[in-house]
Amino acid sequence: MSVKRYNVRMAGIGGQGVVTASHIISNGVVISGGHSSLVPFFGSEKRNAPVESYVRISSDVIYEIGEIIFPNVIMIFHPSVITLGKSYTMPFYTGLKKDGIIIINSRTPIPFSKDEQKEMDDMEAKLYYLPATEIANDVAKTELATNMAMCGAIAAVFGMPDLGSLAASVKDRFIGKGIVVSGGTAALDSAIEKKFAKKQKLLEANMKTLEASYKYMMDKGWAHPDAKFVALTKEQHAAAGVA
Amino acid sequence: MSNMNAQAEGKPADWVPAGDKQKIVSAEEMFFKLPRETHFITGSEAARESIRRANVDIAISYPITPQSETMQQAGYLYDEGYIKEYYRGEEEIGVMSAISGASRAGVRCLTATAGPGLMRGMEAISSWPGARVPLVLMDMCRVINTPLAIQPDNIEMSFLINTGILLLHAENQQDFYDYPLAAFMVSEEVDVTLPAVVSVDGFFVTHARGQVSMTPEEYKLPPRDGWRAAIPAMDNENPPARLSRDAPIQKSNFISYHMHSSWQQEVFAAVERSAKYFRKYLNGLVEVVNPGAEDFIIASGAAASQAREAVRQEGEKGRKVGLVKIKSIRPFPHAELVEAVKDAKRILIPEFNQAGWMHKEVCATLYGRCKAIISAGPRVYGGMTMPTEMILEWLEKTRKDNP
Repeated sequence: MSVKRYNVRMAGIGGQGVVTASHIISNGVVISGGHSSLVPFFGSEKRNAPVESYVRISSDVIYEIGEIIFPNVIMIFHPSVITLGKSYTMPFYTGLKKDGIIIINSRTPIPFSKDEQKEMDDMEAKLYYLPATEIANDVAKTELATNMAMCGAIAAVFGMPDLGSLAASVKDRFIGKGIVVSGGTAALDSAIEKKFAKKQKLLEANMKTLEASYKYMMDKGWAHPDAKFVALTKEQHAAAGVA
Repeated sequence: MSNMNAQAEGKPADWVPAGDKQKIVSAEEMFFKLPRETHFITGSEAARESIRRANVDIAISYPITPQSETMQQAGYLYDEGYIKEYYRGEEEIGVMSAISGASRAGVRCLTATAGPGLMRGMEAISSWPGARVPLVLMDMCRVINTPLAIQPDNIEMSFLINTGILLLHAENQQDFYDYPLAAFMVSEEVDVTLPAVVSVDGFFVTHARGQVSMTPEEYKLPPRDGWRAAIPAMDNENPPARLSRDAPIQKSNFISYHMHSSWQQEVFAAVERSAKYFRKYLNGLVEVVNPGAEDFIIASGAAASQAREAVRQEGEKGRKVGLVKIKSIRPFPHAELVEAVKDAKRILIPEFNQAGWMHKEVCATLYGRCKAIISAGPRVYGGMTMPTEMILEWLEKTRKDNP
């Protein structure tokens, strides 16, 4: 089997759960038997401040650490990363390798300047527009699940991790003790919990959002040939703590 | 934590500190014999798990950003009863002075800091080796110069090199679990009796996840025996008499200058004596990948990880590139290094700092003992990472310039 190797740069704004998404994807890959590592990058922890997180995913051993300067996948969690330059990496596609993939959370295409468009064309970059916030609002009834939609989408693009492992990773995040969270993130978790009243409901909404975006990418023909949409079973929901 | 304190902190009357339930095992058993299980955790969590097994008596922290969550994690361990005493100092000079005092009392001591805090506490830190206080400081390297950044840059290590402190450089989360345990054991050896710093390139390791193979949490290292030391622990039964009887070493007259000098020589001799213990506990002071190669990369910390990936990619292209990972900066592995690169023609020394302290160390060791061309780079600083592509470019250029 050929080795899959992806270097992903995730860029978004404070409060969207970019770092959380990177932990979930990374942990999901490890749960599914793959290899992964991640490193977050942020300044002050505040709403709307630029946030990046770098995730390495492979079916083989990973040695590299640190930021990813030359990604082959870029995920943009919020259009203002591009339109308002809320990014540590400017322009947002800097360093993208040839034939790279850019997934942008936006329902409509973003108007680029001629030069920007040319640079992306020269690199033969594939641009996928995913309405992650809309999916989150439709399915989970909150835009706070935007990061879940992004997780589901990227899993489909890579063909790893499978939805079951991703679900197990989400469970780890919200029920397990696997991830250290900062004070700000802990407060946000608490707000999310109150909104959903029960963790079970939160998990269920997250699972459904993962499934919806995974399926969206498959329907668009943007998923990896290895990606298989297998809806989470009742048992998997139950294992994840969903009643 | 005493049970009285525990009750004052809201624990039930029958509460037993979790550390008291752990079984003591020898260092050999802990490092080499106990079964291990792999977990996917951050560097700060790896540090916490290391501390959990280290039988720490007291931890003192000043938990300011950018130290990372490590001492926050140590606080949780205190709450669970794995650390007997824990408090927050007023700032780093206070913390570094207090931990020194705690060590003089003969107990096992831990603290942690990062670049800026380390520099603030440096006056106290640099007095530790002369005071022969065994303790462990975890150092999550962060940028100390302007412009400000909270990312790693290990220039602070260059300030520690000549203090007489034992200095290990962890590459990843696994090392940040293993090295502090070894550091506690070696630091407290009678013929060593020195403080130890375990540095790690912060953020890229402390905030990042990696695979860590760990022993079961119900086992811990043997406690420190305060009486086993090059200088005795402070006599807490009669402190005023003791302190007045043994005046601190000061340059008050001609004899004391000599005394200071010989004392310093003994400190650095003790650093060298620690090598035999680190060789045992760390499986050698260096790790050599692809011995006998013509091209070698010599690196420590995060640079070793980046170099490892470069070696892998070169291997995919059918080219053999060697790597010497240096685990211990003090003691420096002179003999191992000379042996590892004896056939090398070209050597690169990638570093995450501007000064190039590793390059200077390597050159000082290899001068006259190696025919290789030694390149001072690549180098990054100010908190940025070193892409593997950069090392590959340097390798290509070095080959071209030195066929």
